[in-house]
Amino acid sequence: MTRRRSEPAGLTVNPIACQAHGMCIELLPELITADPWGYPLIAPGPVPAQLLPLARRAVGACPTMALLLSSPGRHPERDSATAR
Amino acid sequence: MSAADAPPAARLLAPLARPDLADHLSAYGPPPFSPAGSARAQNEALIAAVEESGLTGRGGAGFPAGRKMRAVAAAGRRAGPLRSPAGTVIIANGGESEPASAKDALLLSRAPHLVLDGIVLAAQAVGATRAYLCVHGDPAPLRAAVTSRERAGLNRVPIQVAAVPAGYVASQETALISFLNGAGAVPSFVPPRPAQRGLHRHPTLVLNVETLANIALIARHGPAWFRAVGTAAEPGSILVTVGGAVAAPGVYEAALGTPVGALLEQAGGPAEPAQAVLAGGYFGGWLPLPGAGSVPLSARSLREAGAALGPGVLVVLPAASCPLAETARVTGYLAGQSAGQCGPCTQGLPALAEALGQVAFGRPGPEVLRWTRDLLALVRGRGACHLPDGAAGLVASTLLAFAADLRHHAEHGPCGRAARPPVLPLPRPPGSPS
Repeated sequence: MTRRRSEPAGLTVNPIACQAHGMCIELLPELITADPWGYPLIAPGPVPAQLLPLARRAVGACPTMALLLSSPGRHPERDSATAR
Repeated sequence: MSAADAPPAARLLAPLARPDLADHLSAYGPPPFSPAGSARAQNEALIAAVEESGLTGRGGAGFPAGRKMRAVAAAGRRAGPLRSPAGTVIIANGGESEPASAKDALLLSRAPHLVLDGIVLAAQAVGATRAYLCVHGDPAPLRAAVTSRERAGLNRVPIQVAAVPAGYVASQETALISFLNGAGAVPSFVPPRPAQRGLHRHPTLVLNVETLANIALIARHGPAWFRAVGTAAEPGSILVTVGGAVAAPGVYEAALGTPVGALLEQAGGPAEPAQAVLAGGYFGGWLPLPGAGSVPLSARSLREAGAALGPGVLVVLPAASCPLAETARVTGYLAGQSAGQCGPCTQGLPALAEALGQVAFGRPGPEVLRWTRDLLALVRGRGACHLPDGAAGLVASTLLAFAADLRHHAEHGPCGRAARPPVLPLPRPPGSPS
């Protein structure tokens, strides 16, 4: 259940922290679009390598720190699955 | 552990089961604790037995119980100054917020000491130093049960009984932890999962009370005994709440794999002509009759049939009820149960309930149906807990199972059956005193 080092980085949103400021939608329209209420919809799958710098910038720009970029191999213990 | 014991048909609701400690001990024998001061390997032997038994969580998610125990025990071993504090915690979840389910309350009233045995045995296995039993309703009888065990020296860990507030998401596992941590009973974002960092930052094992009662039996009789009923992939028995249009609604115990129809017969059979069965509660789905009768009661079979096992819930819908109106009311209830933390749920579930209300009680044009389907995709997977996923699943199942009703409503408007009193149970509306 541990994340393998080779696994590419992916974007996720902490939906509790997200307040629909829309910074990520402005900064990374290639991967993030707005839903009808202004909350971010993230394209499924890993972040393409050429977009990683932009993804990092979007993560840093989120005023509520709700946008997360998984960093492969850094927190393997957090990803062991328990119940849903 | 004795392999000679014959597997009884009813295990959790055995006829011998009495709520009283003396009767419990004479029926089941004392819980097989490992001796005080046992090596960790000896304590953890129960984890291997639970893994081998194939027991899955009985609270709805169906996660393998042994794997969950293993994760908590391992996280406890890693505890240290820079990780989590030493010692793990166990939470027995008897919150049962599913309105159509009554099995946890029944189990806690019929066999409380089986659950309490399971708590103490599982606590010993994962190195827990504290235990909580979370219930919905009056905690006094269970507190008395805990006290009676105190005198008999059966509580190897202190067990605190906590009454959790009402609310559909209040007994979700991260919500229980938040509540016991002194905050609101609302879900939190994972990771970290409770097994890593839960109550007071300790690795925390959260198991449903029926799961723990099964662990108490596996500790006594072993995994082979447990596997003697049920299917190879999903062994054991399960408590099922059968409601709706049956002659004898109630909680029944059945081997996993038992056909849905046999459960309905156990509950007295149909009380009136019926059209479908809601399986899995409000995170489940519809199975049209008569086909529903032959579907085996297992997580896999029900999922493949478009429903769910969930916490073991079957509700029979009479032919005289409007399935769209029934589901619209439940969707409205679920929308009202949002903790209001996640935007897509806060915005999307009321919109979904509104759209389904138009489908059921109005004359839905193609744009309403399209918007309803769009909303399913807009809420799925976008909450910290699975409330939006569950609501979307129920609505999707309704649109699929009752396509003919949908067409009829689109052409003629609401059917006469929509005015019939609701069959799917709902608690008192939000805002009324709980």
